[in-house]
Amino acid sequence: MSNRIDVKKTYKLYINGAFPRSESGRTYEVKNAKGVFIANPCLASRKDLRDAVVAARAAHAGWNKATAYNRGQILYRIAEMLEGRRGQFIEEIVNVTGATKAKADKEVTEAIDRLVWYAGWTDKIESLAGSTNPVAGPFYNFTIPESMGVVAAIAPETPSLLGLIDAIAPIITSGNTVVVLASTKAPLSAMTFAEVLATSDLPAGVINILTGKKDEIAPWMASHMDIDALDISGLPGKKHAEIKVAGAENLKRIYSFKSADPGRITAFMEAKTVWHPIGL
Amino acid sequence: MTFEYAPAPESRAIVTIKPKYGHFIGGKFVAGGKHFPTINPATEEVLSHIALGGKADVDAAVKAARKAYSTTWSKMSGKERGKYLYRIARIMQERAREFAVLETLDNGKPIRESRDTDIPLAAAHFFYHAGWADKLEYAGLGTSPKPLGVAGQIIPWNFPLLMLAWKVAPALAAGNTVVLKPAESTPLTALLFAEVCQQAELPAGVVNIVTGDGSTGALIVNHPGIDKIAFTGSTEVGKIIARAVAPTNKSVTLELGGKAANIVFDDAPIDETVEGIVNGIFFNQGHVCCAGSRLLLQESVAEEVLHKLKNRMEKIRVGDPMDKNTDVGAINSKEQLAKIIELAAVGDAEGAERWSPACTLPNKGFWFAPTIFTGVTQAHRIAREEIFGPVLSVLTFRTPQEAIEKANNTPFGLSAGIWSEKGSRTLWASQQLRAGVIWANTFNKFDPTSPFGGYKESGWGREGGRHGLAAYLKGVSHE
Repeated sequence: MSNRIDVKKTYKLYINGAFPRSESGRTYEVKNAKGVFIANPCLASRKDLRDAVVAARAAHAGWNKATAYNRGQILYRIAEMLEGRRGQFIEEIVNVTGATKAKADKEVTEAIDRLVWYAGWTDKIESLAGSTNPVAGPFYNFTIPESMGVVAAIAPETPSLLGLIDAIAPIITSGNTVVVLASTKAPLSAMTFAEVLATSDLPAGVINILTGKKDEIAPWMASHMDIDALDISGLPGKKHAEIKVAGAENLKRIYSFKSADPGRITAFMEAKTVWHPIGL
Repeated sequence: MTFEYAPAPESRAIVTIKPKYGHFIGGKFVAGGKHFPTINPATEEVLSHIALGGKADVDAAVKAARKAYSTTWSKMSGKERGKYLYRIARIMQERAREFAVLETLDNGKPIRESRDTDIPLAAAHFFYHAGWADKLEYAGLGTSPKPLGVAGQIIPWNFPLLMLAWKVAPALAAGNTVVLKPAESTPLTALLFAEVCQQAELPAGVVNIVTGDGSTGALIVNHPGIDKIAFTGSTEVGKIIARAVAPTNKSVTLELGGKAANIVFDDAPIDETVEGIVNGIFFNQGHVCCAGSRLLLQESVAEEVLHKLKNRMEKIRVGDPMDKNTDVGAINSKEQLAKIIELAAVGDAEGAERWSPACTLPNKGFWFAPTIFTGVTQAHRIAREEIFGPVLSVLTFRTPQEAIEKANNTPFGLSAGIWSEKGSRTLWASQQLRAGVIWANTFNKFDPTSPFGGYKESGWGREGGRHGLAAYLKGVSHE
C-alpha cells in the first residue's frame, strides 16, 4: 500500500464554470513552508482576465435577475458543499502554509459560517439599504439598492481560503458577478474551492477565479473598462494609489475592507430611485 | 385668432449688487486680489467683479473651516446644529424673491424656474437636513456616525444656489465645516448666501466661500487640510479629481454628466408624454446633467409623438429670463453656447435632421433655439456626448428589449425616463435601466428626501435623502 503512487491534481483556472489552463501556457511553482514542491498552478495572463470578465458580464443579467431567495439558497449550497469537504481543505491548508491542523480547521469553519451568514443577507439587504421617500408632491418615490455589475477582487495572501470567501461572498450576495485573483503563495484552496462551486448549482460565470501575480493582474483589473468596481483588500496599501488612478478611467468604485460587514455588500450596490405620479 | 402675451417683467429693484465682491472667510467678507467680471448672459451686462481665489485665500478658508470644526461645530450638539440650519432655511424663504431675481440675472434661467424651483428647493434642502442633525445615529449608517472634518465643495453654474444647498446642508447637518467654491460664471447667489449665514449667526468659519475659476477649484481639491471633496460638474473633471485624490485619504463624491434616455412606449399617454419630453430637455435651457437628451420612441407612435412635440415646441417662449412668461432663457455663457453650436453642427454633418420652431432670439446675449434632431443613430456623437443645451436627439425602437439596450448603451447612468400606462412594463423597464434616478410618467423632479446620483461614469455617491448623508459621515466599513 505504501508503494502506491499518488494521483496528483492539476490546478487550473476557473472561468465560466469550466477549468481551463491559462491561455498563456504559463505556470508557477508553489512550495510548502519547508520549501518542498507541491504544484504548478496557472500564472494567469491579461487575456485570462479578459476572458473571465466576458464570462462574468454575460452571467450578470441572469444572476442579478435571480430571486434573492434563490441566491441565498445557492450561497447556502456552497456552504453545504464546503462542509462536506472540510477534511480536504484542512489538509491542503496545512500542507501549503504549514499551519497547525487546529488553525486550519478554524479557518475552514469560519469560511463555512461566513458563507451561511451572507446567504442570509441576500433577501434582507434591500429592505435595510433601500427606502421610500416622502417627497413633497403627488408621487410614489422609492430607492432600491441593486448590484453594480462585474466586480473584480484581489484576495489577501492569508488566510487564503477565508480571505477569498470574504472577498467573493459579499460581492455576489447582491447579484454582482466576480473575477477574483487568489492568494499567490497559497492558491490551492482557491482552486479546490472552485470544485465546490462547480457542484453548488452556481450559474457559470458568476464566480471566476484566477491564480497568478498581483502586480501583473491588478493594474489590468484597474484599467479594464468593463469592470465596474474593485475590491483591493488583498493589495498592500502602498499599491492602492496607483490602482485608484488607473481605475479613474471609468470611475470604478474601488474599496478595501477590514472586516465582514453589511457595508461590504452595499459598497458594491447602486441606489436607484424611482418616481411615479399618484393619481386617478 | 391668436393670443399674444403682454410682457410681464419681474422687477430687479429687490436686489442690490455690489460693484465688487471678496471672499467669505471666517464669517467675514475679505478683500480679494485679482477680480474677474460676472455677466448677465441674457444681456452681456457686467453685473459685478468677483475675486479670483488664489492659494492664500484657499489656505485661509481651510484654516478657518478647520478652526470652526475643532473648536465649535464638532463640539456642538446635533440639536443646536440643526437649529442653525432651520434658521438658514427660514431666512432663505424670507429672501426668496431676492435670491430668485439674482439667480436669473447671473445665470440666465427664466425667473419662473428660479422662483418656483431653484430657490424653494434650496430652502427645503436646508429644512430637511436640519432635522437630520440630531438623528444621525438612527440613519442606519453605523451606530456611531461621525463627521469627516472639513469638506471642499465645488459646484456648477446650472443650479447655483440649489447645488450649494445640496452640498452645504448635508455637510453641516452631519457636523462638517465647508469651503465652497461657486462656479466662475454664477457666484452671486452664493455670496448672498454668505449674508444669510451672517444673519443666522452661524459660527464663523463653518461656511467659507471662495470664488474663482478652475484653478481655484484645483487648489481646493489638492489642499492637504481638506478631508472630503464633493464635486458636481463634468465627467472629464470628475476623472481628474478622482486621480488627484487617489494617493490621499480624502473621501470623494462626484455628481457628473449624463445622456439620459427618455423612453416612450406605444401605450404612453401621448399628451402628458409630450409635456414630459419638453420638460425633460428644455427645462433650464437643457443645462441639466440629468436632462432627457435622448428621446427613444417606439416606432408605432413615433410619428404622432413627433408631430405633437413640434406643435408644442412652436409654443415655447424663448427670451428675456426676467419675463414671468418665459419658458427658455439664455445660454449661461459664450463658451457653453460655442460648445452647443459645435455639437449641433456635428449632428448636421453626421446626417441627422435638425428642426427648430420659428422663434426670434434677442440680439444681445447668448441664445440657442430649442432644437430636435431626428434620424439619429447610436453611433452619432449627438447620441453619445452630453450637449448640455436645449438639443434633443430622437431615436426609435421596435421592442421594449431594444429600448433598454439602446438606453443603457452609454458610459453614463444618471437618469432615465419611462412613459407607459402599463404598470408591469414600467416596473420592468425601471429594473432594467442602469441609472440612478428613474422618472416614470414624469421627468426632472427633485426633492430633498429623494436620493440623486449616478451609475457608472455619472459619478460616485448620492445626494439627498438618507443615502445622501453617507457622503458626509464616517462609519461604513470600507475606505
